[in-house]
Amino acid sequence: MEQFINLFIILPFVGFLVSLIIPRKNENLLSIVSFSTVGIQLFAAFIFVFVWIYKGAHVINLKEFSIFKAKDYDFYIDFYFDRITLTYLLIGALLTFIVTIYSRYYLHREEGYKRFFNVILFFYLGYNIAIFSGNLETLFIGWEILGISSFLLIAFYRDRYLPVKNAVKVFSIYRIGDVGIILAMWLSHHLWHENISFFKLNNYELVHEQLAGHSLLGFAISMMIFISAAAKSAQLPFSSWLPRAMEGPTPSSAIFYGSLSVHIGAFILMRTYPFWEAQTSFRVFVIVVGLLTAIVATFTARVQSSIKSQVAYSSIAQIGLIFIEIALGLETIALVHVAGNAFLRTYQLLVSPSVVAYKIREQFYNYVPRIKNIEDTLPKRFEYSLYILSLKEWNLDSLMYKYMWNPLKRLGGRWSFLTFKNVYIFFALTFLTGLFFAINPSFVSAKWKHYFPLIFGFIGLLMVIKAFTERASVRLSWSLILTNHLGIALAISFNEHFDVSHHVWYLSGVLISGIVGYICIQRMRKLENWVSLDKFYGHSYEHPRIALIFLIACLGVAGFPITPTFIGEDLIFSHIHQDQILLAFFVSLSLIINGLAAIRIYARIFLGPHVKTYHGVAKRSS
Amino acid sequence: MNQKNDSFHEEHVLHELKHYLPAQAPLKDFIHHNTLHAFQEDSFHDALNKASQLFGYKTYLSIAEYRSLLAKNEINEETLKSIILKFKPGQEQIWFDKLVKQDIDEELEPRIGQFRSFWKTHYKIDLDALVHPILFRIIGSYLDQGIAIWNFPISEKGFIASIQELEKNSFVSFFKTKRAKELLLSGNTSLQSLLHIVVGDESLYEQYLFDQQFAHPGWSGMVAVICGNKSSLIDEKKISLSELIRFELLLEIDALDDHFGDIWSPLALKLEKRPTGIFDFVEMSELNEIYRLFQEAYEWTYYDQVLHGLQVQSNSNSSKHATSFQAMFCIDDRECSIRRHIEHVDSDCKTYGTAGFFGVEFYFQPEHSNFHTKVCPAPVSPKYLIKELKNTNRQKNDFHFGKHSHGLLSGWVLTNTLGFWSALRLFLTVFRPSTNAAAVTSFRHMDKHSLLTIENKNGEKEGDLQIGYTITEMTDRIESLLRSIGLIDDFSPLVYVVGHGSSSVNNTHYAGYDCGACSGRPGSVNARVLAFIGNHPEVRKQLSERGINIPKDCQFVGALHDTSKDEMMYYDLKILSDENYKAHTANVEKFNTALALNAKERSRRFMSINTKDKIGKIHDEVKLRTISLFEPRPELNHATNSLAIVGRRQFSEHLFLDRRSFLNSYDYTTDADGTYLLTILNAVAPVCGGINLEYYFSRVDNQKLGAGTKLPHNVMGLIGVANGIDGDLRTGLPSQMIEVHDPLRLMVVVEHYPSVVLETIKRNPATYNWFEKDWLKLAVVNPDTKEVSVFSEGEFKAYSPSDKAVLTTDNLMKLIESTHENIPVHLIKEKTDGAVY
Repeated sequence: MEQFINLFIILPFVGFLVSLIIPRKNENLLSIVSFSTVGIQLFAAFIFVFVWIYKGAHVINLKEFSIFKAKDYDFYIDFYFDRITLTYLLIGALLTFIVTIYSRYYLHREEGYKRFFNVILFFYLGYNIAIFSGNLETLFIGWEILGISSFLLIAFYRDRYLPVKNAVKVFSIYRIGDVGIILAMWLSHHLWHENISFFKLNNYELVHEQLAGHSLLGFAISMMIFISAAAKSAQLPFSSWLPRAMEGPTPSSAIFYGSLSVHIGAFILMRTYPFWEAQTSFRVFVIVVGLLTAIVATFTARVQSSIKSQVAYSSIAQIGLIFIEIALGLETIALVHVAGNAFLRTYQLLVSPSVVAYKIREQFYNYVPRIKNIEDTLPKRFEYSLYILSLKEWNLDSLMYKYMWNPLKRLGGRWSFLTFKNVYIFFALTFLTGLFFAINPSFVSAKWKHYFPLIFGFIGLLMVIKAFTERASVRLSWSLILTNHLGIALAISFNEHFDVSHHVWYLSGVLISGIVGYICIQRMRKLENWVSLDKFYGHSYEHPRIALIFLIACLGVAGFPITPTFIGEDLIFSHIHQDQILLAFFVSLSLIINGLAAIRIYARIFLGPHVKTYHGVAKRSS
Repeated sequence: MNQKNDSFHEEHVLHELKHYLPAQAPLKDFIHHNTLHAFQEDSFHDALNKASQLFGYKTYLSIAEYRSLLAKNEINEETLKSIILKFKPGQEQIWFDKLVKQDIDEELEPRIGQFRSFWKTHYKIDLDALVHPILFRIIGSYLDQGIAIWNFPISEKGFIASIQELEKNSFVSFFKTKRAKELLLSGNTSLQSLLHIVVGDESLYEQYLFDQQFAHPGWSGMVAVICGNKSSLIDEKKISLSELIRFELLLEIDALDDHFGDIWSPLALKLEKRPTGIFDFVEMSELNEIYRLFQEAYEWTYYDQVLHGLQVQSNSNSSKHATSFQAMFCIDDRECSIRRHIEHVDSDCKTYGTAGFFGVEFYFQPEHSNFHTKVCPAPVSPKYLIKELKNTNRQKNDFHFGKHSHGLLSGWVLTNTLGFWSALRLFLTVFRPSTNAAAVTSFRHMDKHSLLTIENKNGEKEGDLQIGYTITEMTDRIESLLRSIGLIDDFSPLVYVVGHGSSSVNNTHYAGYDCGACSGRPGSVNARVLAFIGNHPEVRKQLSERGINIPKDCQFVGALHDTSKDEMMYYDLKILSDENYKAHTANVEKFNTALALNAKERSRRFMSINTKDKIGKIHDEVKLRTISLFEPRPELNHATNSLAIVGRRQFSEHLFLDRRSFLNSYDYTTDADGTYLLTILNAVAPVCGGINLEYYFSRVDNQKLGAGTKLPHNVMGLIGVANGIDGDLRTGLPSQMIEVHDPLRLMVVVEHYPSVVLETIKRNPATYNWFEKDWLKLAVVNPDTKEVSVFSEGEFKAYSPSDKAVLTTDNLMKLIESTHENIPVHLIKEKTDGAVY
């Protein structure tokens, strides 16, 4: 019966592919394909679970196939099934099934009906890959799909400013989570000297023994996992993204940001629990963050005057508690809690428009002016301070700007001498110099050999920061993204014996996507005479096809699992030594910003309010 | 406003701002009104031209849409040519080519926002991105009516004073920098002084404020409405537009200080070129001329069908006696078809249309409530209060809306327990929709078995309001109602007074679905009150002294028609005589048949229902829509409205008008001097005109004048909706309400003599303005000669409809089943046996 697990991945994948080829106008078929896909999955899940329990509920680990193999390195797909998977499978299938049927009618006549169901199925595919994953590599594939489909769902109303702005914002937080996983994978390589599966982590002795000598490394891995979990589950300090994700049609907000997406963080914590079970300090850390989140989010929820943000913060608070339960080892309670929270919040969001009729009627009959709150018993100064803080969401949103994006912007601003014309000269000089030394290592002293990777890694990073902050030239920004990859590749070349095949893996996807993207940009320049990065242009209104192709190119250069670059990225990391923390930092930061810069270009050219006003265009504030 | 004036008059500017901002009330009181009411001083096309150039609104369909209408013959080419001839004599071919062939640039470059955009272009600062989120959040929390569990700590003192108090007693602040906070705390927040810091040039203050406030017209409009009308909120809030602006200016100063330090110069000082003043003279653009020609042709293609139809339809049944019953309905366009069905089910009955508050204006106070709600047209301020007694129904609770699910520990308990109940509810929501605590049900507006305090005893009063009416007041009201609809003799044994309301679920705009003449409430109380008055022996005595004799065996019955479910409820049946009760029981059967037919007719617009199904099944599916959470269109409301007919029933009863017409009964033979006509038109113009124009503008610019799609809407403070959590409030109608609407101005057709009508409308300048400025069209059909004349430029001009034959049908149901689209006007030919179905 192990082989049946494949079904749960193949089914959504096939459904997704089929939904892509259905004509846009055929609402009926689109929705039938969607809810049948999920419906069959739900039905199969019930049978599977039933049989699995009947057969003794043994944990299943299914090593599928290797995508890339080298010495010490094996990128393989691995599936895993236990009661955590079971819980998430049932919640996911049930909620998605209900919501696809719900949306069948709800989205009737909506512009983007097809896009909606495509993205839902894509999301669902990513969700299943993530929950069935048996190792970090497989999890990462699902993880990336969740990220990009979330971006597309939030920016579903792509002709308005706020959804696009918020989609980019949420994507940037997700990106931080992604890098948490990449770094966790990197560190695990060094800890285990292999691509470890979750199944092996269940072996207490093995984990214990391995960690005994590397407690710091173990803690670091746990922290990286925690960062990605906290980002996905909107825990401190990332909480403010969740309410801002509520930009799509209500049912999509309901399942994704009310339930499925936001509980994935809790999933990865439970999944890796055996690994950090013995790390008491880490467990205390999780409990503290969970508790702080719960408290901060509860107060924030209490002052929200909009229904969706209220539900969002209440959900965050409960997930904080779930984190505590997980850290305390109360897996069963946590699982029940996840399910209850997911169902409750989904329903609350779905019925959220009803709150007007319900509450107005309630007030009309039972109005009591100004209810005393528990906070009124506090000293006035504390009460007011707490209120202002909660209303400002504890500055969480502005902190992200202050400490993450603004410094980057300042750094990028320093490089204004780079233009599209001279960037190639500048880069060619540096790159050729580097290449020369890389091929002829004998010219380099041992000391410099140590610094070269850092230097080129840093140059690569600066390139991409400039790409991210460039305000005018699209071609410059795009070129810098590509050169960033070259910089990273060069930096790594100094590390090991120059292994061309690894670089081919890494750069092939980048190159092809880079060229495709470049052609799209040139085409847009020709069609529209002018594209720039200074604002949103909304060109998907007239050029949806180019927009789609360019999006795929962006995903390619961002190392999304559609090109070999995806594995290449992981490979590159495996060449970074355990003591090269700074290099790992540069490279991972590069990857975060790289994806962001690409998506930013996509958003600026193709999304947002259309610059042409011959048709109705929404106000920026709407 | 047009004069160049360098000094800044605060009062004046605030007044102007309020005038132009959206005037949409909080959700509970959603009432249709002309979206561009601010431009109503100008004539229609001039106003639309102006609005688009000043504020960037799209005010017509796009040229592509007009051209496709032309291709589908929904704009008649002949009509288009004659319109061009009328407006552009001598240049017909040039303009026809422009309209039909040439590439036309439809880009808009509005004046609004140009001045303030210098922040972005010259200062490189995105002020709106820095200020809006926190501004909306604070305003939203301050005005919140009950979503937040912990509400704004202070509100009695007014907005600025509350913020001051909060800032004074807190360790943290809304502001990032010192200066703005100090200005607030020192009370140094006069509009003039803040504008001096931000703008610097007094002559540009007004323009800056317009730019600033129209960057978020939703919130500003809401504040303007609330400060002008205390009863607009249940939990009263003190706030004024000036306070909102001053606070926004403080936040702007804060953001600028934070970005530039203290050294930045006011916006006006860096200006190289003075921007065009928003209200400087506007020329009619060529683009708008093209739109105008298309729009007129579009409208006249339709009007012509109607006028032609009215002219030729036979008057054979004019002396029909209603032997079985008479029924009064609201003039609402949704009642247009149910009346036709009832008349066809029972050919011995007669129906009437009148404004759905039935001439009785009052506040209604339901039992268990401390508030009263207005149930008559919005502009009326009633002096009467009617209370409900002995209501046994109480609201059901639903924990999903309660505060406990948002608590930390209570939330923990609830998610782990009732969370699983939610799963079941989710499942049922999709597979077995049923009504729930959050649903809006028109029948629940008033308990069927409750008592109403309709008759005033001993001058009893509550506050300023008199409880109920005296006998004379009652008589006055029913007399004027009966005379206005021409029901003054020939009473049948049963006279139904049918109000209407609507049921829906998950619908934030529910108030817009109920009766517009009852301020967005169901008309059940009014119907019951009028029936009570009609049955009152003392009233009848006085009535007969005034010449209206209601026979003894005639009884009035109040009822409510639910327009989304197509169900009816009847009130106070206990008072009926045995004979009448028996007749009523038989009538209920007839009503039910008619209701099912009506459901079928409506269903042709719903894609999810097959109109050819069995009628019972269709009706069930129609009912199901009103309780399905996933159904954003429980009914299509006033969509497609385009006509108001004021005349006797026989004036239009043989026309199939496709639910597009408001129908007001009026008998010109009993109103030679137009007294009652004036009353009718005084209501028809603002109420029907308001509905029609709100649909028009929400349709042509759903993004700026409408609310956009409702699917992502998020409820803000129970007063409005926004997209996402940090958007501006959306005003106007969501796209789901207007997508099938054809943007045509309403044509009012009166059955009377042109001279009388002309003289009548001139008696009320407000009403006259609607027609004179072309916001509504007015036509008159002379009852003797059947000649049609159309009001234009202050006079009636003869109009001869096209010579094409009017379409006819002898099988209505087949016609209905044939298409989802609009059906042109048809003459209903009875088959030899009298049946049309």
